[in-house]
Amino acid sequence: MNSRQVINLEFQLKSGDFEFAGEASSQIKRIVQQIGVKPEIARRIAICAYEAEMNVIIHSQGGIIRVEILPEQTDLYVEDRGPGIDDVNLAMQEGYSTAPDHIRNMGFGAGMGLPNMARCSDEFTITSEVVVGTKIHMTIRHI
Amino acid sequence: MPEYFHSVRLDAERCKGCVTCIRRCPTEAIRIRGGKARIIESRCIDCGECIRRCPNHAKRAVTDNFIDLKRYKYNIALPAPTLYAQFSPDIGVNKILCGLIKIGFDAVYEVACGAEVVSAAVREYLAQNEYKRPLISSACPAVVKLIQVKFPELIEHLVPIDAPVEVTAKMARTASRSEHNLTDAEIGIWFITPCPAKMTEVRQPLGSDKSAVTGTIAITEIYGSLLKAIGVSSDNEVCSQASIEGLGWAIAGGETGAAAIKRSIVVHEIHSVNEILEQITLGKLSDIDYIEALACAGGCIGGPLTVENRFIAENNMRKRLEKMGSERGKIRLPVDSSKLLAQVKREFEPRSSFRLDEDIVKAMKKIELMQETMHKLPGLDCGSCGSPNCQALAEDIVQGGASETDCVFKLRERVRDLAKEMIDLAEKVPQSMPKYDPERDGGDGI
Ligand SMILES: Nc1ncnc2c1ncn2[C@@H]1O[C@H](COP(=O)(O)OP(=O)(O)OP(=O)(O)O)[C@@H](O)[C@H]1O
Ligand code: SF4
Ligand code: SF4
Ligand SMILES: [Mg+2]
Repeated sequence: MNSRQVINLEFQLKSGDFEFAGEASSQIKRIVQQIGVKPEIARRIAICAYEAEMNVIIHSQGGIIRVEILPEQTDLYVEDRGPGIDDVNLAMQEGYSTAPDHIRNMGFGAGMGLPNMARCSDEFTITSEVVVGTKIHMTIRHI
Repeated sequence: MPEYFHSVRLDAERCKGCVTCIRRCPTEAIRIRGGKARIIESRCIDCGECIRRCPNHAKRAVTDNFIDLKRYKYNIALPAPTLYAQFSPDIGVNKILCGLIKIGFDAVYEVACGAEVVSAAVREYLAQNEYKRPLISSACPAVVKLIQVKFPELIEHLVPIDAPVEVTAKMARTASRSEHNLTDAEIGIWFITPCPAKMTEVRQPLGSDKSAVTGTIAITEIYGSLLKAIGVSSDNEVCSQASIEGLGWAIAGGETGAAAIKRSIVVHEIHSVNEILEQITLGKLSDIDYIEALACAGGCIGGPLTVENRFIAENNMRKRLEKMGSERGKIRLPVDSSKLLAQVKREFEPRSSFRLDEDIVKAMKKIELMQETMHKLPGLDCGSCGSPNCQALAEDIVQGGASETDCVFKLRERVRDLAKEMIDLAEKVPQSMPKYDPERDGGDGI
């Protein structure tokens, strides 16, 4: 076993599965709160996880969130199985959204998810390949 | 660990350890230990949910007694607007207030009046437009405490203005000091309360140093004598002043209605409040200006210390409001709402009680242990172990407050394993003993 303390979590996300939407982020939030991460930072972690989780459920064919919690930071790795994003720079813009009406009626599709993730994390990288899928890595430092 | 005062208590003799309350508690603050429901003080928010749910009436709310009035020279009653909802709308507010005088109070100040001042202050605060969206009402103390205990990240969303009862108490104190030449020590100010949360708040103010209220008396406690007094009292001594705006606060939606807030959500019942707060922590609802959140279903008329059924109470109140129409009384002691806004700045402290250890590395080890333990538990969340669910038992185990065999299924597994081991042992025959021979010995061999 590694001498450094680490908590690894993994959540499978199904496309269109609104019943369990928010479940992964709630669990992640609970754990970072239990280990004593400051409330405002725990909230940023929860927002990053939630927006990523919702994007995979709404826009992709399904994927996974892996979480690595270290004493000093939390890393979120999000990966899906496509369809990928055509123009990542455009998708990153506030207000840009391709969400259809029925999704907007559910209160999503303001085009704020990706910008919020970038704003709430200390490091944010996104790579996407059309058809193959999208990968996001976020780091949120605890101090 | 700071000592917390709580109004909600257990009557151990009545408790049967039935686990009803532990599963309903919104902050998982109750455990059954030694067959009795114990409250974890640092987590209790005094919402009264366990009082409502207990089939054996083993959970009670401690409030002050009517005899406590004897300790003061001049006693003032502050009736919550919910008190009026306990009576038919045919009994005018003034009659109810005179009833209070009849049973022993020297003066009455309506909390509904304070509510009107608060409504105006909230309106102004929203107009200043310098707040974290959505603003969350701080009028219900159980909700404030839920935020402190479970959602500390939302503390800055709370309205930093005094609750109506506090505003009313300050008005009453100032007025009676000057009108009757009294010292503070001679004045007793009593809130006629629908809930235990207000009682606790008076003893341990949330977001301010000291409450202007002396104590609280449950509506249930004075109802009987008040009803009698109303029957015989004339009604020309005091005159009621509050308008329908203030009275409306008794019902969920009344607060936002009085402050005329457009983009608002009204949420009541503690588990529903919990869900909405969860959504806010995830960054949702930032397009909403105001959340009116009340711990009791239906609002304060659903408080655990009320007498009348909440649907009947709501009907009573709506009829009363209709009857009053738009006729507005005058406020006897107008308090400038902008002054209130400038003076009072409540600051709420987080009370996060979910942290596993002061040392983050140790806390992480505990999480690891909890996850291992969770894998071994059946995941039925039945509560028989005395913890609200399997996850909570896992947490109690790593914190040293419980053991795996508290789970009845784990215990059964252990008993089965032990029994098997005993059979195995019994079959092992010492070399000096003759081996079992069914022909000769008969029986089944054990
Ligand atoms: N995992 C993904 N796979 C494919 N497309 C995506 C993915 N995530 C985001 N997108 C695209 O990027 C756009 C912008 O995403 P963003 O999260 O910022 O806004 P949104 O999801 O449309 O709305 P909101 O997050 O405010 O509810 C989406 O509308 C979608 O077209
Ligand atoms: S509901 Fe709680 S307090 Fe009431 S009998 Fe059951 S365990 Fe005891
Ligand atoms: S809703 Fe009203 S009665 Fe119920 S706990 Fe809150 S303040 Fe008390
Ligand atoms: Mg999104």
